[in-house]
Amino acid sequence: MADGKRRFQISSAFDIRTIIGALMGIYGVILTLLGIFNATDEELAKADGFNVNLVNGLILLGVSIAFILWAFLRPLVVEEVPPEAFDDHKAGPE
Amino acid sequence: MDTTVLLAADDTFRLDTNFSDYLIIAIYFVFVLGIGVIAKRQVSSSIDFFLSGRSLPAWVTGLAFISANLGAVEIMGMSANGAQYGMPTMHYFWIGAVPAMLFLGIVMMPFYYGSKVRSVPEFMRMRFGTGAHLVNALSFAIAQLLIAGVNLYLLATIVNVILGWPLWVSLIAAAVVVLTYTTLGGLSAAIYNEVLQFFVIVAALLPLTLVALHKVGGIDGLTDKITDSPGGAEQLSSWPGTNLTGIEDPFWSVVGIVFGLGFVLSFGYWTTNFVEVQRAMASKSMSAARSAPIIGTFPKMFIPFIVVVPGMICAVLIPEMIDLKAGDDSSGVQYNDAILLLMRDLLPNGMLGLAIAGLIASFMAGMAANISAFNTVFSIDLWQQYVKKDRPDGYYTQVGRYATIGATVIAIFTAIIASGYSNLMDYLQTLFGFFNAPLFATFILGMFWKRMTSTAGWVGLVSGTGAAVTVALLSEDAFGSASLGVIPLSGQGASFVAASAAFVVDIAVSIVVSLMTQPKPATQLRGFVYSLTPKDQLRDPLAHLLPWYQRPTVLASISLVLVIALNIIFW
Repeated sequence: MADGKRRFQISSAFDIRTIIGALMGIYGVILTLLGIFNATDEELAKADGFNVNLVNGLILLGVSIAFILWAFLRPLVVEEVPPEAFDDHKAGPE
Repeated sequence: MDTTVLLAADDTFRLDTNFSDYLIIAIYFVFVLGIGVIAKRQVSSSIDFFLSGRSLPAWVTGLAFISANLGAVEIMGMSANGAQYGMPTMHYFWIGAVPAMLFLGIVMMPFYYGSKVRSVPEFMRMRFGTGAHLVNALSFAIAQLLIAGVNLYLLATIVNVILGWPLWVSLIAAAVVVLTYTTLGGLSAAIYNEVLQFFVIVAALLPLTLVALHKVGGIDGLTDKITDSPGGAEQLSSWPGTNLTGIEDPFWSVVGIVFGLGFVLSFGYWTTNFVEVQRAMASKSMSAARSAPIIGTFPKMFIPFIVVVPGMICAVLIPEMIDLKAGDDSSGVQYNDAILLLMRDLLPNGMLGLAIAGLIASFMAGMAANISAFNTVFSIDLWQQYVKKDRPDGYYTQVGRYATIGATVIAIFTAIIASGYSNLMDYLQTLFGFFNAPLFATFILGMFWKRMTSTAGWVGLVSGTGAAVTVALLSEDAFGSASLGVIPLSGQGASFVAASAAFVVDIAVSIVVSLMTQPKPATQLRGFVYSLTPKDQLRDPLAHLLPWYQRPTVLASISLVLVIALNIIFW
């Protein structure tokens, strides 16, 4: 990679941070709703009253927002290295 | 096939799933396959397919590095060890992983990344020629197929439990999903999925642990109950871990853990295992490649709190597990079932689905990692090197895709073999002992001793592996009923000793053979031996521009201090 020909550009490629944020966000919404509307006494008794759906749902929403903010504030930058840089891999470094 | 596990599973683990659980699991699969499809658009050369175009940031490769290892063996095996032995299990993380990962990042990664090899066996070939390379590439490829089989088997067991599909249908269905995304997107798809999987696993296991801790009466409740349980207070301190090693003398137990697990097994596994190293090699720069395993140490040292601790809680909370530990195995439950039992008894619908998704994620991560490492070694190190040289680049990407399909089919069959072993950890430790312990000896000697010859490379590997097999055969149970019982060692202790024997024999044989044969000319060893490599090649030219939190040595120091602190706190 030390070829000195680094170029930078904003990538249109997908960013794993938004994907993580999206999945955690969807899970957060589902769990929070379940925790609010679907927490029967029987279910709560399983965990001695700990409403785990609600708590984890809210945490996941927080995680989701953090990832999406991170991706938004520090957008993906791709280093483009010309394909020739890899042509020598068979010959080794000599 | 060992059907007892499955029958127990059918009867015992009827998880009370409903629509919300299935919804959560289904959404996860949409994301997994979606990543495969998107990653496919980025694959335009074999480097893209096998090494993600060497373009990924360190936090991504670092998490993938950990996630690739966070498979079925780790989750089920380590929670099982937690239930059975307690805190000594922490050694697998704090002694058996973190120091070796730091060593990989600081000392070895510059050689791997700087020499631009595409796989660990390829490094072996450049340093020692084809003899050692063939031994390494073949043994690695075969080991991956076996371990992929273990991961697949557990994955299928979960599907079998939740959906009630027959095991063979579950096996094929699970295999097809992994196959789809690894074939489409190559290593990128595998790595991006591993990062996603990491978060799903944590989102599932952390709340499970907290709920279990709440139920058992907090940390005080847990320590009280464990002190009163079979096994006693010994399970609350990590040293000397005599119950884990099976070595009665505390001094030799510590030696076994530090040298056998902490040095030989762990360095052999973490520094030469291409499954993990491949993730770091996909990084975008030398500094990022070195940082990958180092960043990975941070989650690695805290993962046991959501894997081992739930196992420990299960052993004092869930009736079937309490019975098992007291010696009554009539319920058919095994230690490996610890996490499943907690899920069954503690989680409401919704969280239950997320926990199932987390387990599926973990097993798929493990299997995809094995398969993507296998297809690289098969295509580059076996097919390109020994069968069809000098074809256009696209040809090898195609070979990689076919290798993925072949590996998945074989993994289905090895899954059936793996199911015959009750204690998965023993079985895999034994394998690692055979393949990895002598590898580390050969690598480290070869990197720092220019006199070491090509012949010494492969002779050392073969005799080291032979030594491990011999010890395992002579032990009481390392090979199950095939072991002869001549040496009074069993369980994890036998694995530690077998690995240590492999290391010592490899070093001794390599030195003797080197002194009797001709070394390679110095010009061919540039980039592969420390004293013959220009220092610039082992450094990142832009390293001085990085902020402190992206510098490998700074991160490694922080990690080291933390892991020492953990060892002291949980002494």
